[in-house]
Amino acid sequence: MKLTSAMGGGLILGFNLLTSCAEPVNKIVAKALPENWYDINTFIKIGENGLVTIYSPNPEIGQNVKTSMPMIVAEELDVKWEDVIVEQAPLSEGFTRQVAGGSQSIRKGWDSLRNAGATAKQMLVNTAAKKWEVDAGSLTVIDGVVISKTGQELTYGELAVDAAGAEVPKDITLKTPKDYKIIGQSKGNVDIDKLVSGQPLFGIDTREEGMLYAAAVRPPSFGMALESFDDTAARKVPGVSDVIQYATNKVAVLANNTWTAFKAKALLEVKWKTTGKLESTADHDKALLALLDKKSAEPRRKDGNVEKAFADADMVLERTYEAPFLPHNCLEPMNFFATMKDGKLIGKGPIQTPAWAQTRIADITKLAKEDIEIGMTRMGGGFGRRLYGDFSDEAAELAQKTGKSIQLVFSREDDMSSGTYRPASKYKIRAAVKDGEVTAYHLTEACINGNMFDSIPNYFPAGSIDNMRVDTNAEKSNITTGAWRAPYTNFLAYAEQSFFDELALEMEKDPLDLRLELFEKAKVNKESGYEYDPERAIGVTKMVAEKSGWGKQADDVHLGLSVYFSHNTHVAEVAEVVSVDGVPKIKKITAVVDCGIVINPYAATNQIEGGIIDGIGHALYGDFQFENGRAGADNFNTYRMIRMNEAPEIEVHFVPSELSPTGLGEPSLPPVGGAIANALFRATGKRLYKQPFVNENEVLG
Amino acid sequence: MPNYTLNINNTNHDVSVDQDMPLLWVLRDTLGMVGTKYGCGIAQCGACTVHLNGGAVRACSVPVSVVGDKKITTIEGLDKDHMHPLQEAWREFDVPQCGYCQAGQIMNAAALLKKKSSPSDEEIDNAMAGNLCRCGTYTRIKAAIKSVSK
Repeated sequence: MKLTSAMGGGLILGFNLLTSCAEPVNKIVAKALPENWYDINTFIKIGENGLVTIYSPNPEIGQNVKTSMPMIVAEELDVKWEDVIVEQAPLSEGFTRQVAGGSQSIRKGWDSLRNAGATAKQMLVNTAAKKWEVDAGSLTVIDGVVISKTGQELTYGELAVDAAGAEVPKDITLKTPKDYKIIGQSKGNVDIDKLVSGQPLFGIDTREEGMLYAAAVRPPSFGMALESFDDTAARKVPGVSDVIQYATNKVAVLANNTWTAFKAKALLEVKWKTTGKLESTADHDKALLALLDKKSAEPRRKDGNVEKAFADADMVLERTYEAPFLPHNCLEPMNFFATMKDGKLIGKGPIQTPAWAQTRIADITKLAKEDIEIGMTRMGGGFGRRLYGDFSDEAAELAQKTGKSIQLVFSREDDMSSGTYRPASKYKIRAAVKDGEVTAYHLTEACINGNMFDSIPNYFPAGSIDNMRVDTNAEKSNITTGAWRAPYTNFLAYAEQSFFDELALEMEKDPLDLRLELFEKAKVNKESGYEYDPERAIGVTKMVAEKSGWGKQADDVHLGLSVYFSHNTHVAEVAEVVSVDGVPKIKKITAVVDCGIVINPYAATNQIEGGIIDGIGHALYGDFQFENGRAGADNFNTYRMIRMNEAPEIEVHFVPSELSPTGLGEPSLPPVGGAIANALFRATGKRLYKQPFVNENEVLG
Repeated sequence: MPNYTLNINNTNHDVSVDQDMPLLWVLRDTLGMVGTKYGCGIAQCGACTVHLNGGAVRACSVPVSVVGDKKITTIEGLDKDHMHPLQEAWREFDVPQCGYCQAGQIMNAAALLKKKSSPSDEEIDNAMAGNLCRCGTYTRIKAAIKSVSK
């Protein structure tokens, strides 16, 4: 493979010994399509010519599970990757957890994917054993060919027709990493040909015979409801077939193309009434700041006695951090296709949670779940927005109401102003130091509606500080909020890692040393109960220090460290900031990731880079405010997103490991805000306590 | 509705659409050529980039009535075998994550390389600044473009 050298904004890849460089992608020598397919199990069918179809069960949002999940199956099946074609599975009882969320696809699918491949392999081996009248244990498999001790051979293609009906074996053997031929190799994206040539793949690309495009008006502000509408002008637009009120407060225009639907939608004369609070960011800020002084009814975590430790302290550091709402802005706006067919609801589109959609649609349509089919198209980004299938519900309702095939499409304006936003949040963090040790840590969260808390209070610094307390308070709002890539940690990590950086300097310690000391403390404090692995945290921290030249940098190079565990994966990052014409510029991010076995190294690196660029862009520029319930921006001319010239150099290293794989979709995002804030402090002398950073400081991405 | 004859990827297509319909929607909905994508509708994201006589334009902001007889090139027709050096580079560098922006990225880069076969880093950055990638594949896009530039 061509390894590019680092030239300003370039790509550097660090591979461990277990991995190899990217294959020249798409040089797959595919067999032709077979005459017949034989279903071996829900994941695998095999053609008589040995071509293998593997179904990828989970929604594909750009995290490339459509490649890596089938790779795992293919490994245990013991076929050549070149003999595999991949198809997206629909929602089906044959699969578990068909969800894209929490960076869990590989981690939770690891066992079932391997079992599916190994079980199928055993069925094929047993079939050959039966044919040859030998013991199955005497046979070996190489690349889809079963071989006997006497040198007889049968291909999977030859065996498939009989294997299809074979008994499913209970005892199967899984490979160990030393025998992996596919896992750990860089394989090209299975959809690459379609992606570079513009073939239909995404939900918004669905084109079905007789399909109508639906575009809807939605309340312009949170806190408003539909009073009445006049569709006279809208109906006059050629190509418009109907206008329907649905979902109580929405009005959809149905037309024969998207443009006409958008145009006619704009001609609807709608009267809105205020039925709830019309909320503004200024009020949110006041309410949230006040909540930072409150203790929650039940602390989320309590070790020792923080108040006593604060009373006894030599030094107390207290800081407040603030971040706004964030819209998701998947580049493909929300959309979904639905139609009624023979009494069934057939739906398909970009959805991260097809099973949940099926449940809600059953409720809305009063159809049985068995009569609702949900297909998953490829998605132009998910980021958590497509967990909430309001768009799938709307399409289903419209399809049932009208009896037509409906392709519901959100405009960018609909998408940005009718979101399920990352909630605006604030953190107050305070720590006590006595005799050179951190003796207490108190984290208070104030956020709109609530954040996904779960086990996060048990992340670092739990276990490393004897007295610790976590309180959370929420301000109820009618603005819809929800999961946004690395929920909760996408802002908390920056606050926390920025705080520890400042704390270290107050203690006159190297921030690297402070981290390592705290991790060492946690190692011997296991009974306190916490949810990260201090040993692995130490591993990524030491490696990132080495790879980034921490402590050896030139005077005009400013480094910032951040170490974070989220979604079961440990990541350490060092940001490098330099001065360009007096303005700080984020030049490079070095990232070290411990996610256990890396399934597809080149693709894994892509995820780490993506999380970093995403994290930087939103930390620097993401600003979203409300005025009287109305979103302050609704397109990219008023909402700034990171561009190519602002993306830094990124260097990624994976810790060599044979531990079971953990996820990569989210983990590299949380640490990067803190890394750049800490580096920027060293460059400017100014700490950043509010996101977006660019409101506080001029920064060059 | 007025009729237009559009030359797309060296083939003439006759369409009967509103004069203000942007080329993007003529391509996607009237002709079913969905490679050109909708991201914002106001020429801020670049997902709809096509070529008019070899130069990059945002199809969302080009009303069909102004196209005339200019040659339109879309991602589907950039290369008849989909082996344009940039498409090959995209495969080699395994560029896409979700992939939604990539047709626009490739088309924009192709137009740049037509004008300048060896762009500097700064020229690449400037030319590609209008193409958003929400997933953050910018470093790979740049590496792919540089691998093709002479």
